[in-house]
Amino acid sequence: MEKEIKYLQAPLTKEAVAGLRAGDVVRISGVIYTARDAAHKRLTEALARGEQLPLDLRDNVIYYVGPSPTKPGEVVGSAGPTTSGRMDKYTPTLIAQGMRGMIGKGSRSQEVIEACQQYGAVYFVAVGGAAALISQSIKGEEMIAYEDLGPEAIRRYEVENFPAIVCIDTLGNDFYKIGQKKYKKE
Amino acid sequence: MREINVQQVTDVVSKLCMDSCYYLPEELLAKLRDSIATEESPLGQEVLQTIVSNAELARKKAVPICQDTGLTVVFLEIGQDIHFVGGDLYTAVNAGVAAGYVNGYLRKSSVDDPLFLRKNTNDNTPAIIHTIIVPGEKLKITVSPKGCGSENMGALKMLKPADGVEGVIKFVVDTVRSAGPNPCPPVTVGVGIGGNMEKAALMAKYSLCRKVGEHNPHPQYAELEEKILELVNKTGVGPSGLGGSTTALAVNIEYAPTHIGGLPVAVNLNCHAARRAEAEL
Repeated sequence: MEKEIKYLQAPLTKEAVAGLRAGDVVRISGVIYTARDAAHKRLTEALARGEQLPLDLRDNVIYYVGPSPTKPGEVVGSAGPTTSGRMDKYTPTLIAQGMRGMIGKGSRSQEVIEACQQYGAVYFVAVGGAAALISQSIKGEEMIAYEDLGPEAIRRYEVENFPAIVCIDTLGNDFYKIGQKKYKKE
Repeated sequence: MREINVQQVTDVVSKLCMDSCYYLPEELLAKLRDSIATEESPLGQEVLQTIVSNAELARKKAVPICQDTGLTVVFLEIGQDIHFVGGDLYTAVNAGVAAGYVNGYLRKSSVDDPLFLRKNTNDNTPAIIHTIIVPGEKLKITVSPKGCGSENMGALKMLKPADGVEGVIKFVVDTVRSAGPNPCPPVTVGVGIGGNMEKAALMAKYSLCRKVGEHNPHPQYAELEEKILELVNKTGVGPSGLGGSTTALAVNIEYAPTHIGGLPVAVNLNCHAARRAEAEL
């Protein structure tokens, strides 16, 4: 099953993600933003208070990552995906704000799957733990907000051919379930 | 009696923190390479190749294999004839962790209070330190940083003696299956059986210090390790949880005597980047 690779340009339009299917192998180029637990908490709290967010989520891709510190001479430190399930509580709110994609690893809640269907968003997964390799596709980094959070701050990444797989598509398919079922022998 | 200056401990711990985060143990990398050929899913093979290439790149560049350089778990096997001088041993270990994480560009993931403040300590201290007193005058230090993706998927259950072998097998396999993609499979499954609640949890963690390919010396437990490994690899979870036949690389069981009324079982899953470095003083 040599799969054809789909090349995507971030930010992503609703149309661009509508054609993606769970299991598609993709390479993402363009601009993405980082956020994990503490940043998600602050973003949703800011929304609850009616404040403007430090970034416009519309059509943007959020990468769940807390990179290791950057070594001299490198663009970024090691930067692989973190477990997405911890963001589930906040995710439907951010999808409703226009967030188009997420990159992480691990299972998502039914609420997240339904929000992907309702608003046309996609959940990509990258290989967890492949942080040194994934960093090679990050070509630029800029601090955007919450610098005090250290590894949890929001950063802007310029990426080139960032390797990922479509896990949850806009139809609500979940590739973890599809893939695991295929090889289950119990 | 032998004297060891704790400054020596600080220096060794600092180096082990960096080494463990940059360099995957050779035998584990070899096992990962071998698993590519036996993995049934083509996508799973690609994931395994990515994992191997990543470990090789991290080694070459001396950068963290995974950005989550974990809470730092330090095992100290202390010969009872050693006398530490020059300061407090735990302070020295933590000084080593701080130096290793700050100077080695490792991520600081430790927060001071688990519930209210959750403020980053900015040097990854305090380490989780386990001490074991052994005969002799040698000091063995094992540093095993562990990320939270896998640590969060651990489980402990106080089984009934009547649950027996089948109960243990079911609990371990269920834990791996329901963890799915989250602990970054292929995992190493650490299992502690017997003792009491905290003893079982400690044995499960301690078993992860074993080299891949080493079995429990007791034949019945070694056989159980093999049996559980086979069953875990039938769950379909596979590399990165995307489906496949390589869900775990090894099952390591440690056991201890227990109460007539108890059968505690603890499962501690380690990710494919099962980091570990050790030194003897």
